[in-house]
Formats: sequence, structure tokens, C-alpha cells
Amino acid sequence: MMKKTRLVALMTTVLCAFGAMLLPAAGTMAEEAASAIEQGKAIAFDRKKGNCLACHMIATGDLPGNIGPPLVAMSMRYPDKAKLRAQIWDSTAANPMSTMPPFGTHRILSEDEIDLVTEFIYVQ
Amino acid sequence: MKMLITILLGAALVAGLAWASPEDDRKAFIEHYQKRFPKVALDDYVNGVYAIDEAAYEQWLEIEEFAPYELAMAEGKELFETPFANGKTYADCFPNGGIGIRQDYPYFDTESGQVKTLELEINECREKNGEKPYGYKKGPIAAISAYMAFTSRGNKLNIVIPDDPRALAAYESGKEFYYSKRGQLNFSCADCHVYNPGMMVRADKLSPALGHPTHFPVYRSKWDDMGTLHRRFDGCNKQVRAKPLPAQGEDYRNLEYFVTYMSNGMEVNGPGARK
Ligand code: HEC
Ligand code: HEC
Repeated sequence: MMKKTRLVALMTTVLCAFGAMLLPAAGTMAEEAASAIEQGKAIAFDRKKGNCLACHMIATGDLPGNIGPPLVAMSMRYPDKAKLRAQIWDSTAANPMSTMPPFGTHRILSEDEIDLVTEFIYVQ
Repeated sequence: MKMLITILLGAALVAGLAWASPEDDRKAFIEHYQKRFPKVALDDYVNGVYAIDEAAYEQWLEIEEFAPYELAMAEGKELFETPFANGKTYADCFPNGGIGIRQDYPYFDTESGQVKTLELEINECREKNGEKPYGYKKGPIAAISAYMAFTSRGNKLNIVIPDDPRALAAYESGKEFYYSKRGQLNFSCADCHVYNPGMMVRADKLSPALGHPTHFPVYRSKWDDMGTLHRRFDGCNKQVRAKPLPAQGEDYRNLEYFVTYMSNGMEVNGPGARK
């Protein structure tokens, strides 16, 4: 499993590098955003990281669990990105009994990783 | 403080009352599952996740037909019947020669003030007779326990909480453990097996806690091996990245006391097979 994840991460890196070569004007905002979403997705789907699919249906994710609600129409339901981030950072703030792990307060993901995951979930 | 409130809330939610007696707890436990799975008969909970998963049930019946625990059981019988170096046997250590007694474990031993499990007493028997104790999670201890469970099939779990404040304290400590969130991922046992049975964690369907201990030790395909109940506790604790606790330490023994009491009256059907 680890191997597959690493491979995906590697391929993502290679593809990104390749993309950067094709587009001499690297570093535009759109590209950075796209890359943040891709990185966020890799973290969200990685079983050793976010493993969000354990509990949530997310588009393109295989074998999702269903303990949590499907993550769809997120930007409509969370117009304020900070609120979305806060839910991922510490689910127990809104619901002390939440079964969702508090990714930030329990240091499961770093600040940066949570930023990236938020970018990815926001566009679901 | 927040932790304590969470525990009390959790226990209160299922038990209805924060200061319920064990018997109140057990009744509330059963009601909780019957409400959640109105079509599942009480007797079927001994089949674990297969009681609530029709698709997997058929497959499981096929697996049980070839009884992957058969080998361990035969080995367990042989170990059980082979005398120690001093000529004594396990039969000398247990009531009724160790046959058909699984349903009475774990019990509270008022002499030592501890919860005694079957595996603990298997090792105590060995040491008393000058033999080295076995590891508690797999191997010969699981084999002997499997054989002893087999001789008890059909007997009903009969866990007693004697009128001794230490016994009630042991039960309460097991219950508190069950409802406390732990580990980096912040899960309680109840999060998965009380509040979310029937839900999927990735490709795994979560089983109800009711009936959990009846079929142990278990042959698990994922292990390709037999394991004791404490091996399973260990696995579930590791899943949530909690510090693993020693098998047969006080915490897990009290946990077993609570969990098994909740399944009182259900038939022993060990050893079992699971995915
Ligand atoms: C073990 C289960 C579990 C895991 C793993 C999990 N969640 Fe959740 N999540 C829940 C539950 C349950 C809820 C419902 C609210 C609650 O109880 O806290 C929820 C709610 C949410 C919500 C709010 C949804 C809404 O409709 O308002 C978001 C956003 C969310 N999760 C994102 C994530 C992300 C991102 C990850 C991974 C980094 C993740 N979750 C991992 C169980 C989980
Ligand atoms: C993150 C979810 C999760 C948590 C938390 C969890 N478990 Fe489990 N447990 C599982 C899964 C998945 C299985 C395998 C499928 C099944 O039978 O539910 C399992 C299986 C079991 C089994 C075996 C059931 C059988 O029929 O053989 C026992 C016993 C058990 N868990 C006890 C516990 C205890 C005690 C705790 C707390 C210390 C705990 N679990 C915490 C997910 C969890």
C-alpha cells in the first residue's frame, strides 16, 4: 500500500515538473492553486495521512466508508473556507462526541497539510 | 475535564443513566442494538458482523464449514491433555476438569481482588506446576483456549459481579475504558462498535459490541492465524494509534469483564472464524 502511495506521490511530482517544463510561465496563480488541490488530494486519500475516505464519500475515491457525510457541494455549504478548515483542524470543537479525528489538535496533519487538504475539499 | 464529560455523556447515552447498575447497562445495551437492527434476532449477535451483513454471511458459513481453527483445536486438546513434568495436568487447575467452563470467564476473584480471565488462569496453572508461561496473544495459549471454548459450546455466558465494591469498580473501569476516546485518532471502542455498527470504515463493516466475546479465540483470515480476545483489543487500539497496553494487564482484563458482561446469556460459540 505504502508503495502505491509513494508511486502516486512520485508520479504527481514528475507530472508537476513535466507541466512546469511545458509551461515556461511557471508559478502563475492558477497553476499553484491546481497543484495545491492535487497535493491536498494526495494527503486526503493517503491512508497514513488524512484517510478521509475511511469515513467520507469523496468524488474519485475508491471504497469510501460512510461514518461521516459525503463531502459534496462543499463551497456552497462552507462559503467561508476558514470554517471548513476549522472543522478539519478540530472536529470536536463543533461536536465533542465527534468520531472524526481532530487532525490539527492531535497533530495527525501539519498546519500546511491541513491548508492543502482544505483547498482540495473546498472544490468538492 | 472535557474527557470526563465525554465519557459520562457516552455512557449516559447508551445506559440512559450515568449511575446505572450493570444489569441496567446490559438491558440498555441490548435495547440500543435492537432499535438499530430491528430485524436481527438477539441470538444472532453471536455471529458478529455477519449477523448484520447478509452478503458476507453466506461466505462466512462456507468458511466455517472448513473450520480454519480445527488444527489449533486439535493441538489445544493435545496440549491440554499432556501432563506437565510433575505429572499434573490442566484438569487439576480448573473446576470440572476444565471442561465446559468457558461461559464462567472472566470472573472476579474476591481472594486476589482481580478479574481472572481464562488465559490468565491457563498460565497460572502452568507456573504453579513449574512450567514457563506462554505469550498471551497467539500460539499455544490460543490453541488451549480454543479447545476449552469448544467443550463449552452452547453454554450461556454467565458473568457474575459479586457483592464486593472492588468487583463493581473493575466493571466500571472496563466500562469507562470502552467509552473513553483514546489515541491520536481520538476514538473510543464505542465510537465504532456502539454508535456506528453497520457503517463502513473503508471496506470493513463495523460489528456490534453485543456478542463480541462469545466466539473467542478466533481464527482471522487477515492474521492467517488464531488470536485471543486481547490480541484483538490490541489490534483495535493500534488502529487508532493508541499506546498498546499489555495483554492480560489490568486494563484489558477489566475491559473484558465489562464487554463479556454485556453479552451475558448469549451462547459460547468459540472458537470462531472471522475475516
Ligand atoms: C473516522 C471518521 C472520519 C474521518 C477519518 C474523517 N471524518 Fe470528517 N466527519 C466525520 C463525521 C462523523 C462527521 C459529521 C460531523 C461530526 O460528527 O463531527 C464529519 C464531518 C466532516 C465535515 C463537515 C461536513 C458537513 O457536511 O458539514 C468535513 C468538511 C469533514 N468531515 C472533512 C474531513 C476531512 C477533510 C477528513 C480527512 C482529512 C475527514 N473529514 C476525516 C467522520 C470522519
Ligand atoms: C476505528 C474503528 C474501531 C475502533 C475505535 C475499535 N474497533 Fe474493534 N473492530 C474494528 C473493525 C473494523 C473490526 C473488524 C470488523 C468487525 O468485526 O467489526 C473490529 C473488530 C473487533 C472485535 C472482533 C469482533 C469479532 O466478531 O470477532 C472486537 C472484540 C473488537 N473489535 C473490540 C474493540 C474494542 C474493545 C475496542 C476499543 C479498545 C475497539 N474494538 C475499537 C474497528 C474498531
